[in-house]
Amino acid sequence: MEIHRHLDEELDSLRDTVLRLGGEAEAALRRAMHALSDRDTAAAREVLDHDDEIDQLEVEVDRRAIDIFALRQPAARDLRFVMAVAKMAPVLERIADHACNIARTAIDLNTEPELKNHVRIHQMGEIAIAMLGGALDAFTRNDAAAAREVIKRDDEINNLYNQIFHDLIEKMAKEPATATRDARLLFVAKHLERIGDYVTDICELTVYMAEAAVIKHRH
Amino acid sequence: MSTSTPTITPKLEVKSRATLPARPTKIAVEGLSFYYGHTRALQDISLEIPERMVMAFIGPSGCGKTTFLRTLNRMNDVIPGTRVEGRVAIDGQDIYASGADVVELRRKVGMVFQKSNPFPKSIFDNVAYGLKINRLTSNKAELEDRVEEALTDAALWSEVKDRLKSSALGLSGGQQQRLCIARALAIRPEVILMDEPASALDPIATSKIEELIVDLKRQYTIVIVTHNMQQAARVSDLTAFFLLGKLIEVNSTEKMFTAPDEKLTEDYITGRFG
Repeated sequence: MEIHRHLDEELDSLRDTVLRLGGEAEAALRRAMHALSDRDTAAAREVLDHDDEIDQLEVEVDRRAIDIFALRQPAARDLRFVMAVAKMAPVLERIADHACNIARTAIDLNTEPELKNHVRIHQMGEIAIAMLGGALDAFTRNDAAAAREVIKRDDEINNLYNQIFHDLIEKMAKEPATATRDARLLFVAKHLERIGDYVTDICELTVYMAEAAVIKHRH
Repeated sequence: MSTSTPTITPKLEVKSRATLPARPTKIAVEGLSFYYGHTRALQDISLEIPERMVMAFIGPSGCGKTTFLRTLNRMNDVIPGTRVEGRVAIDGQDIYASGADVVELRRKVGMVFQKSNPFPKSIFDNVAYGLKINRLTSNKAELEDRVEEALTDAALWSEVKDRLKSSALGLSGGQQQRLCIARALAIRPEVILMDEPASALDPIATSKIEELIVDLKRQYTIVIVTHNMQQAARVSDLTAFFLLGKLIEVNSTEKMFTAPDEKLTEDYITGRFG
């Protein structure tokens, strides 16, 4: 069946493109956290340099998804897949934007004396990276159970964010000399907390794709 | 026609009607099998069609959807060597019961065919035909009112009101099909069966027929056979999928096209059949 072979090829291309976008977003986050932890300004600049490519991949996913909707009128599992991918692409692009913001903060902080005691931020970063990797794996395998497991980890990120928030506010009050740098770290924590939310969105889309179940706002 | 009200429990229930209004059952089919000679073309079909809704029948060629449609007003009776088993109840009355009035049944259950088939008469006479032979009007004024009403309901009145005496054969294909719908509506049926009513029409004429179907369901129960799955998705509330004479799945159209319950349906709808 020639027509359906073409549809399968188009769906495969769409999957490849969104996975490339996901891979780039994951690499950007990993590199941005490395730039912050290891004071590697070159890595931070690399994150910023790659952002255009990520934006282009998002546009590419959009274009491919619109073509499939318009020309193939997908139904059932194909419809859910194209819908999920079309909604996932901007979420991945936003994750990469947050990674860029973390990279910019790293560049600023790397020009100043090193701050101590931000172990929890690194911990948050590790969880966010692991969640994003897990979400992309679950999507690739069409595995709703794995996606649900990833969603559970968002609580860990939120708890860490609350602890960091209180710690840094307290520290800023006690040590005004480093308050500006601490405030920057607080923003990094906020970016990671938002990334946790975005990864949750990706997992919800995987559950929708695999099971046709809408779990948004229900967990 | 039998007057008893059978209790019919369909074997295949619509699993997801959450988004649809609750409506009483208009047509209830139970354990229906249909034979062309020794060939069993339909196998043990059970389903319910609620009133004032549109149900679409989909499936590959030869799956039995048209044969099934034609069992709903006994149109297959005219084919020699055919046989029906099971029950079809409309408003609770078994249409295959001995003594059932087939003329009355076909007045109640109108039909529109794939190819428009106007009579070689004027537009007016085409619509008036059923009213005259059934003696459903008592005077000329009433007849004219009913013809106008049917043409209006079929969204054709404004296009033909100035040429009612012209031949129906001079109308375009889309207009001829709407004329056939008007002819079916004139005798005020309760159910309209449509067998691929837009398959020979261009996209604009198709769109008019589809809009008409959506408008007509306010008053009528409509069953449509279509090969065009997007058409089924656009016009119907419920969809039934047939394969090799079996009913595979009945579901709300929304569910059917986003997340069907049966793998066979999914494969057919996504074009990965076979």
